[in-house]
Amino acid sequence: MTDEVVVLTGFLAAAIRISTPLLLAATGEMLNERAGVINLGIEGAMLAGALASAVGAAAGGPWAGTFLAMAAGVVVAGIFAAVAIGARADQIISGTAITLGSVGLTGAIYRTAFGPGGPGLSLPTFAAVPIPGLSAIPVLGPSLFSQPALTYVAWALVPVAWWFLFRSWWGLALRATGESAVAAGASGIPVTRVQVLATLVGGALAGLAGATLVLAQVGTFAEKMTAGRGFIAIAIVVLGRWHPAGIVLAALLFGGANALQFAFQAMGLSVPYQWFLVMPYALALLALAGAVGKARAPAGLGKQAGA
Amino acid sequence: MFTALVALGAGVGVLAIGLAASGYDPVLALGALGRGAFGSWYAFSSATLVRAVPLILLGLGVAVAFRTGAFNIGAEGQFYAGAIAATWVGVHVTAWPSGLAVGAVWVAATIAGLLWIALPVLLKVRFGVLEVISTLLLNFVAEAMVSYAVTGPLQESARVYPQSDPVADAARLPLLPGSRLHVGILLAVFLAVVLWLLFTRTRWGFRLKAVGLGPEAARVSGGIPVKRVMAGALLWSGAFAGLSGGVEITGVTYTLFQNLSPGYGFTAIAVALLARLHPIGIVLTGILFGALEAGAQGMQREAGVPAVTVQVAEATIILAVLLAEVLARRAAARTISAEDPA
Amino acid sequence: MTGDQLKPVLELSGISKAFGPVHALRGADFTLAAGEVHALLGENGAGKSTLLRIAYGMLAPDSGVIRVRDRERILGSPRAARALGIGMVHQHFTSIGALTVSENIALSMGRTGRPADRPAGSDVSVKLMTGLLGTTRVELLSVALRQRLEIVKALATGAGILLLDEPSAVLAPSEVAELLALIREFVDAGGAAALVTHKLREVFVAADRVTVLRHGVVTYSGAVGGQTEETLARAMIGQMVERRANGSTRAPPTSSESAPVVTHFGGVPLRAGELVGIAAVEGNGQRELLRGIALGEGARGSVALVPEDRTTEGLIPELSITENMVLGLDRDPRWARGHRIDWARARSRTTELIDTFGIRADGPDAAVETLSGGNQQKVVLARALECRPTILIAENPTRGLDIRASAFVHEQLRAAANTGVLVLIYSPDLDEVLALAHRVLVVHAGRVLEAPHGTDRRVVGEMMLGVNRDR
Repeated sequence: MTDEVVVLTGFLAAAIRISTPLLLAATGEMLNERAGVINLGIEGAMLAGALASAVGAAAGGPWAGTFLAMAAGVVVAGIFAAVAIGARADQIISGTAITLGSVGLTGAIYRTAFGPGGPGLSLPTFAAVPIPGLSAIPVLGPSLFSQPALTYVAWALVPVAWWFLFRSWWGLALRATGESAVAAGASGIPVTRVQVLATLVGGALAGLAGATLVLAQVGTFAEKMTAGRGFIAIAIVVLGRWHPAGIVLAALLFGGANALQFAFQAMGLSVPYQWFLVMPYALALLALAGAVGKARAPAGLGKQAGA
Repeated sequence: MFTALVALGAGVGVLAIGLAASGYDPVLALGALGRGAFGSWYAFSSATLVRAVPLILLGLGVAVAFRTGAFNIGAEGQFYAGAIAATWVGVHVTAWPSGLAVGAVWVAATIAGLLWIALPVLLKVRFGVLEVISTLLLNFVAEAMVSYAVTGPLQESARVYPQSDPVADAARLPLLPGSRLHVGILLAVFLAVVLWLLFTRTRWGFRLKAVGLGPEAARVSGGIPVKRVMAGALLWSGAFAGLSGGVEITGVTYTLFQNLSPGYGFTAIAVALLARLHPIGIVLTGILFGALEAGAQGMQREAGVPAVTVQVAEATIILAVLLAEVLARRAAARTISAEDPA
Repeated sequence: MTGDQLKPVLELSGISKAFGPVHALRGADFTLAAGEVHALLGENGAGKSTLLRIAYGMLAPDSGVIRVRDRERILGSPRAARALGIGMVHQHFTSIGALTVSENIALSMGRTGRPADRPAGSDVSVKLMTGLLGTTRVELLSVALRQRLEIVKALATGAGILLLDEPSAVLAPSEVAELLALIREFVDAGGAAALVTHKLREVFVAADRVTVLRHGVVTYSGAVGGQTEETLARAMIGQMVERRANGSTRAPPTSSESAPVVTHFGGVPLRAGELVGIAAVEGNGQRELLRGIALGEGARGSVALVPEDRTTEGLIPELSITENMVLGLDRDPRWARGHRIDWARARSRTTELIDTFGIRADGPDAAVETLSGGNQQKVVLARALECRPTILIAENPTRGLDIRASAFVHEQLRAAANTGVLVLIYSPDLDEVLALAHRVLVVHAGRVLEAPHGTDRRVVGEMMLGVNRDR
């Protein structure tokens, strides 16, 4: 194999790997935003999911970690839902507080459980599962079709989300709730329940995103390791225009931009690594500037149902 | 006031339960927290009040924006922008007279904070990008910038550690004798009073409030340029946060390094909300949260509880304030709807 | 059908409902039989919408019994009501603009996606569907079609009982006639319809029986036949008030011709001291034209606005009366000192105005949200007149107000015109416009035409629809 092929294969594999948690978190956030709820707490849910997956995986293997991560995401989103939907407090501030609290809590638990320095955990992670046949394709095979099982699950969730949103009655009810809670309520839709469930599912997916980050990408847990990926997921939802297909493209764009880092390093270009750190955030800002206005947010986004 | 006490109680209560649940002795830990914050004059002045200064300044900045209903969640980033600019100017003013040097550093920090929020403001006004997300994202960019600065252009001459050279002596604030408390506390209190006067006595203050409480009425009946007022408030907010970064460099650390702020920009949201955006109240809640932050260090030293734990208490306090406000509003709404059945 | 006609399908007996200290309903009875249109008549706040919401399970009564088809029921939610074959058309549109027509219908049909049984008015449903294309986004429909969709939705679950809450509020006169005809067809096919209205005319055109509510008490219930507008109005209001239901426009003030032209409305010059009524069906551009003038476009002198949405655009409910008074007047030299605002002066002026306008409030520092709707509107009016405007624009200024508060608003508008202010009033209630205005301008599809003096209601109604434009 030539160097170019190696670099390209590595780039594509990295792009998929990096996109996956973003895709999961964004898909979850899309669901609750479609129901009219903007949850800045998914950053916290993702972080809680990451820690839970590490704890679970250490105790009972990667799948145990995965389920524990989803449960942690649901708990974090549940607190948000109780405050922001149940009591109808401001969604933005509630979400920020939830994230703040999650950072503190995960940090405290991690340090308490694993010592102050936080030695590198060695966790049982998901091994790559090559898909027979497809994984033999040059370049695409090893990059796209030789991924951890969790990654396949994540990508399979996208068509499921699409079908749910646009082909099922509950998906219709969810979109109606996000457009106008009053009108949806008048049609007999249990608005609060729909919003809470959408938020909990969003939290579960954010937790799952945290699990992919730990068990299928990084291989260990570190404090604040989500580093704003939850917020980037929110930008991805806007850029993807609240549509599953758009979100796939937007998540790939972010994953690709991030993976450039490895490609550049492989090519021996020397650029301060901080510029790569900055790239996804800068890209998110650019994308928001370009995307907002053209896309239409759910009309009831962030508004209180009963206000 | 009552709300604030209840919220504070909820925060400490959750903290105590959490500590007990994690196997710590809550009495010992909270005792250590109290001693770390108020145990001695030195603890109060050099730990609590030193931490209160950035929290008050950042809290004031957050409050200006929140008053208009604009959410600046990026105070942390603006603080870092201010700190970078302050360091850059601070290391170069060795030959300047002290007052001038400090002034130059503060001005540079303020401008940097202003510029750091200018992009979100532009994106909001020009493209309708939610300032919440853009200011949040810029926090991460600012942290990367600090990391770049202290390993690159601003790294110490020795090139060993990822930190800057200390700023010139002329750019350092005088300290209160026998403590590490610097005169920045006076600046914070002074600005709180100024802001309070502006809020309550001027057209600008009135317009901020009107835009925040009733943007539609402000536009239609008040003839107020709502977007411009919000944009202006956000710029003020960034300026305060930048200045706060400058004060921290000139008064406390003298050098720039990563993790200079233990999340002051986020804690400031709690500071402002708990004070219900009242500038004088922010001085008090700023000291309170300064005590929490200082006490957290004491707790870590004496009881081995990780200091980050207090962020859980802070988050609880924010949520409790929100809940209390919602309940109050709902009680009010009940009386209204009773008078005016649909 | 004659046998069914006397048999009630829906019975509400002894219904009481209080909101805090206010008794919205006091022991009200209402029955609805198959094959009839039963009107519920009353002024704003009389309790008729409350009664309808109770019948639809949106509100729980404090006391009283609900029987649906002879069985006592507790309607815990709209869903429960729908399951019993009750459908409702709300005062405001409940279809969702961003969704398509068929998505909106699917939503109202519920999860099963199929009507529970054959719709009682299935022929009507088919007829209603004309003009509605399933894949059209609802926000692109005309107002009349959206209204039609509301009825389709209410009937989609096979409802045999249809509750309509002021369905004609947004329609032009001829569209109202069409709507009433559809309701008639529905009851002729065996359905039962309750029609909430505050328009006497609709009762005589559409209803078989009428129940009149005043302050939550039934003051009349029985056949429409034998009643006159006077008897029903008395039951509604308790005393005879001057009504100009068929009235023509008032004569202009004598000085009108010599007064200076201060602005144009869609090209029609308007003079100082005139009280100009704007008649238009919702969505014909009248609001945009008024807002254009409110922003000072092509106006000479200052313009004051009384916006329709009082608590969103007019006032900031959480602020005090004084602060709301200063809103828009924060450069007034009486209290503005450079960048400073002298609140003591603003407060004392507000105290005077509270007195002058008879605003019932707990002093100038009382939050506006603690005032009743009528008193809130007085604050808006006081502020609008406080800046001594050349032009005063009042958008539906009596919305949600009771008769006395409405009369006060009308009095203030007339008084303002008498002092030389050009007053422009828009109201969706044509009778209000005709009763108040010196001149009536009709807006249709963004074009403005003046109704000749002495024109009657019917002609103005036709003009609102664009009929006879070239006459």
